[in-house]
Amino acid sequence: MTTTTLLGALLPVVPLVAGLVGLLLPPAPPDGGEGRARRAAIALGVAGAAGALVLAVALLVTLDGPVESSGTWVDLGGLAVTIGVRLDGAAALVAVAVAAVALAVQVYSIGYLKRGPHDDVDVDHRYPPYAAQISLFTAAMLLVVVAGDLILLLVGWEVMGICSYLLIAHDRRLPEAPAAAMKAFLVTRVGDVGFLLGIALLGVSAGSFRIADVLAHDHATGTLTAACLLLLAGVAGKSAQFPLHTWLPDAMAGPTPISALIHAATMVAAGVYAVTRLYPLFERAPAALAVLGVMAVVTLLLGALAATAQDDLKRVLAWSTVSQIGYMTGALAVGAPAAALFHLLTHAAFKALLFLAAGAVIHAVGTTLMSRMGGLRRGMPVTFWCTVVGLGALAGLPPLAGFFSKESILYAAEDALHGGGPAPVWVGWLVWLAGLAGVAITAWYATRLLLRTFLGPARSPLVQPHDPPAVMRWPVLLLAVPAALLGLAGFAGGFTDLLRPVAPATPDRPSDLLPPAPLVHLGPEVLLPLALLTLGAGLAWARWRRDPAGDPAATLGPLRPVFARAFRLDDVQHALVVRPTGAVARGVRTADEVVVDGAVTGSGRAAVGLGGGLAALHRAALPRAAAGVLAGALLIGLAAALIGAAA
Amino acid sequence: MSLGEFLLVAVLAVPALGAVAVAATPRDRAARVVGTVAAAVTLLAAALLALGDRTWSGYTPSAPAVRPWHRIDLPWVPGLELRFHLGVDGISWPLVVLTALLTLLCCGYTLWRVPEGGSGRALVALLLVVEVGILGTFLALDLVLFFVFFEIVLLPMYAVIAGWGGADRRRAARKFALYTLLGSVLLLVGVYVVVAAAGTADIVALTGGAGLSRGTQLAAFTLLALAFAVKSPLWPLHSWLPDAHTQAPTVGSVILAGVLLKMGTYGLIRVAVGVAPEGARWAAPVLGALAVAAILVGALVCLAQDELKRLIAYSSVGHMGFVLLGVATLTSTGIQAALIGNVAHGVITGLLFFLAGAVKDRAHTGSLAELSGLRETAPRLAGLLGFAAVASLGLPGLAGFWGEAFAVVAAVQAGGALWTTLGVLAAVGGALTAAYFLRLLRRVTHGRPSPAVGRLAPGLARAELVAWAPLVLLALAVGLAPTLVLGVAEAPVDALVEVLR
Repeated sequence: MTTTTLLGALLPVVPLVAGLVGLLLPPAPPDGGEGRARRAAIALGVAGAAGALVLAVALLVTLDGPVESSGTWVDLGGLAVTIGVRLDGAAALVAVAVAAVALAVQVYSIGYLKRGPHDDVDVDHRYPPYAAQISLFTAAMLLVVVAGDLILLLVGWEVMGICSYLLIAHDRRLPEAPAAAMKAFLVTRVGDVGFLLGIALLGVSAGSFRIADVLAHDHATGTLTAACLLLLAGVAGKSAQFPLHTWLPDAMAGPTPISALIHAATMVAAGVYAVTRLYPLFERAPAALAVLGVMAVVTLLLGALAATAQDDLKRVLAWSTVSQIGYMTGALAVGAPAAALFHLLTHAAFKALLFLAAGAVIHAVGTTLMSRMGGLRRGMPVTFWCTVVGLGALAGLPPLAGFFSKESILYAAEDALHGGGPAPVWVGWLVWLAGLAGVAITAWYATRLLLRTFLGPARSPLVQPHDPPAVMRWPVLLLAVPAALLGLAGFAGGFTDLLRPVAPATPDRPSDLLPPAPLVHLGPEVLLPLALLTLGAGLAWARWRRDPAGDPAATLGPLRPVFARAFRLDDVQHALVVRPTGAVARGVRTADEVVVDGAVTGSGRAAVGLGGGLAALHRAALPRAAAGVLAGALLIGLAAALIGAAA
Repeated sequence: MSLGEFLLVAVLAVPALGAVAVAATPRDRAARVVGTVAAAVTLLAAALLALGDRTWSGYTPSAPAVRPWHRIDLPWVPGLELRFHLGVDGISWPLVVLTALLTLLCCGYTLWRVPEGGSGRALVALLLVVEVGILGTFLALDLVLFFVFFEIVLLPMYAVIAGWGGADRRRAARKFALYTLLGSVLLLVGVYVVVAAAGTADIVALTGGAGLSRGTQLAAFTLLALAFAVKSPLWPLHSWLPDAHTQAPTVGSVILAGVLLKMGTYGLIRVAVGVAPEGARWAAPVLGALAVAAILVGALVCLAQDELKRLIAYSSVGHMGFVLLGVATLTSTGIQAALIGNVAHGVITGLLFFLAGAVKDRAHTGSLAELSGLRETAPRLAGLLGFAAVASLGLPGLAGFWGEAFAVVAAVQAGGALWTTLGVLAAVGGALTAAYFLRLLRRVTHGRPSPAVGRLAPGLARAELVAWAPLVLLALAVGLAPTLVLGVAEAPVDALVEVLR
């Protein structure tokens, strides 16, 4: 094991240990005093995330090409399950992003989950389990990032699901939180049925679950397509892609730092990352890429349109995540995993920034509804400017990060129009057109969010908005740096090389000698998205100029309630899945109790009844009993005579 | 007498003598201490069975498929050619240790709390007798001896349920005894069919078919599989289980779910599949289909269930469905998945029943409608319940994952339309499992505390922690290092699968 692989192996272990130790701390203070356990939890949480960040940066620095190290974990009847790491540039970069966001969230939470002066006396934030679960969450995501085996990846994948469940349900004052948490885990778990089956198909086909073996094996076309499609179900669940996206907006019931964690670097990023990890397989399964493309386009537009009509600040951001992940999966569908990863990284920066800034707003105003905000710019200038940077990056305003990464995706889609990608040409058209439309819509809702929250008249005049305390301010400020500047890295050759998925060199395939195409292209085609961006932002602004107190979403007219409820897909899911399953469950329970168990108890009762009947027959009065005995004797005698005669 | 032979005898003799000693000790608490010590010594002896030479020097056509690490073979009733033949190998050893561990934890638990209904002394003595029967079943290498041990378990378990159980205990105990007796009758007939046709009751000699005709094998497998299906239980022969598990006292439920059900799956692997491989191949599709039906039915019933212990009881039906699906594939992957699924289910469901018992003892109700907000008043208990539920729903990284995921993998590996469909349905069953456990957690731990939960004290007793900690650690350890179980089982399973071909 070299230093590099050791660093990679330690990456998930450090936060894991911090999390497991943290779970042993007393969850609730005995008599109101939060003191010591809370301080220990803070130290553990921050140390775990900081340690992971140091390791990830060290890994990024020391890594000079893909490396792999693995040993047998368990051998189940000839199917090898290995335990080991598989490291490349993309893994190191994503690990840095994960650890950085996790550290920001751990630090920010210290201030966010603190008993404030307005809180009830009995508010107890249960900080120790909270911090420990964030550490576990981080560890699980880092495990997904470095895992060199599909089963190991699945471990991180599902542990992440359960951590998101626990953290979304953390706020005990919100009645909707438990339901939202359950929905998040169940919807992703439904997708994971496909993920597990896909892994099973690949593992059985290759005879091993090691990613390198799975990629090197020559799978039958049918198996490969089926496996890729099944994997996509899991990806759709984790990365909130249509039709399994419904959990993400509801997950806003979790504390805001958790939203930042889920939306930026972990969980939703895992699906996209897993596809890039197995991209050579998807390249050989164009049907799966086509399905992914359709999924991406629907998700992209659905999320963007739903974001236009939300009144809840966090829900706007949640739907924007859905839409932005659509961009990433769209990039994957047109054969540009590097562009997808680029957008994943910039998105991690600006979405974490936006959520943490939104948390500062919610902390100051005490509500998440934009209809009760407005005019916050004067009271909270730092938060305002950070949000401007974040929203600019989200909308793709040059030279902020999102501009470059979105540009690289649109460029890849345009390239696919000419048959440049592994997917069919029509997928390229779909992604390109939807991507362009998405630019305009994104600009519109980003502008609306900014105007409704920070500008115009204050709609809650009683509150005194203020910038957050330092422990919450600094994470926001520091995240603004990559949100603004990370896009420029797209010009750096070294960065681009890191993102390209390179198969580890094997004797028969030394390495990819093609010159790396640049990730960012600044040509005349940039003007089209820029024009659309101006159009979207301008429409929202013009509407707001006319009526600064009104909501620009009023322009949507009759579509507004439809968008606000995201095309009522929640109701569809409820009607098609939740309610039928419940009805079937009740039916099966009744059938099991009445029919299956009824047959058992019935046979018991029948036996008792039969016995009783026979007993009653034997309790006959003398004349009938005598007649019975005589009749029996007669029968026996007759039988004896007949048999004797026959013999 | 070698160390191995001594240990084999000790594993059975210590709890048997312990039961006598417990019954003979006049003071109740002292008797419980004596019983706990006996159970601890048994666990030690069981763990030590892994010592010594257990190298597996490769399968050769002449070597028998069952090659115990240690064995003892003595004449028992020479006139009837009955032999006292015991042995332990990688398939039985994890179950032997699990049985000894759970019995020890249950005996230790009764030191702290004796359920209402009778003396603690009698309960501990009965638990030790049950342990003798279960351990004997796992160790027996003679069919008749196997049957005898299989039957020893029945009456003491009946007494535990009927004596210390819940409100409806007599009916549940009667149903348990009568239903499993039916299975025993089938087992007896099956044993007779095999012994009469083969002329020997030696499992080592019988494994692989031993020249039994196809007709005999089909008949024997049908009888044996039905008998073990009642015990496991396999849908639709499961309906004794919910009543028995729900009404039994906490320690009874733990033993029932933790190890008693494993007698069925162990018997299926060792006796039914081993002795009548041709019958197993013939019946495998039916077995697989019923196993998947058990997974789905169990999960759906749990989804509509409204009593805590009953829900956990029904969850066993689904989990054992995964185990039986693994066995039904008749592949090395599937049988290994079944073995680790067996152990994981014993650990996790044992823990779940301990926790459910703790909740019921405190809140005096098990109705999901009356339980809510446990995490507000008893955060540690709620956290442990959450852990056990998450482990039981098969979270990767915890023990339950390997058995369930690899039963699905084995079905996919078996290939063909039927097995692929079964694998897909089983995977869907996995999602349903998550659904009902999350529903359980949402009802019990989340929300505002109900009146029944509101008066709970937050702390846990030391005895509870001591009883639960080994199970929590094992669920984690087996999840992270499945070789703990599978390392010893790999070679014997491969040898068994070899004779199945």
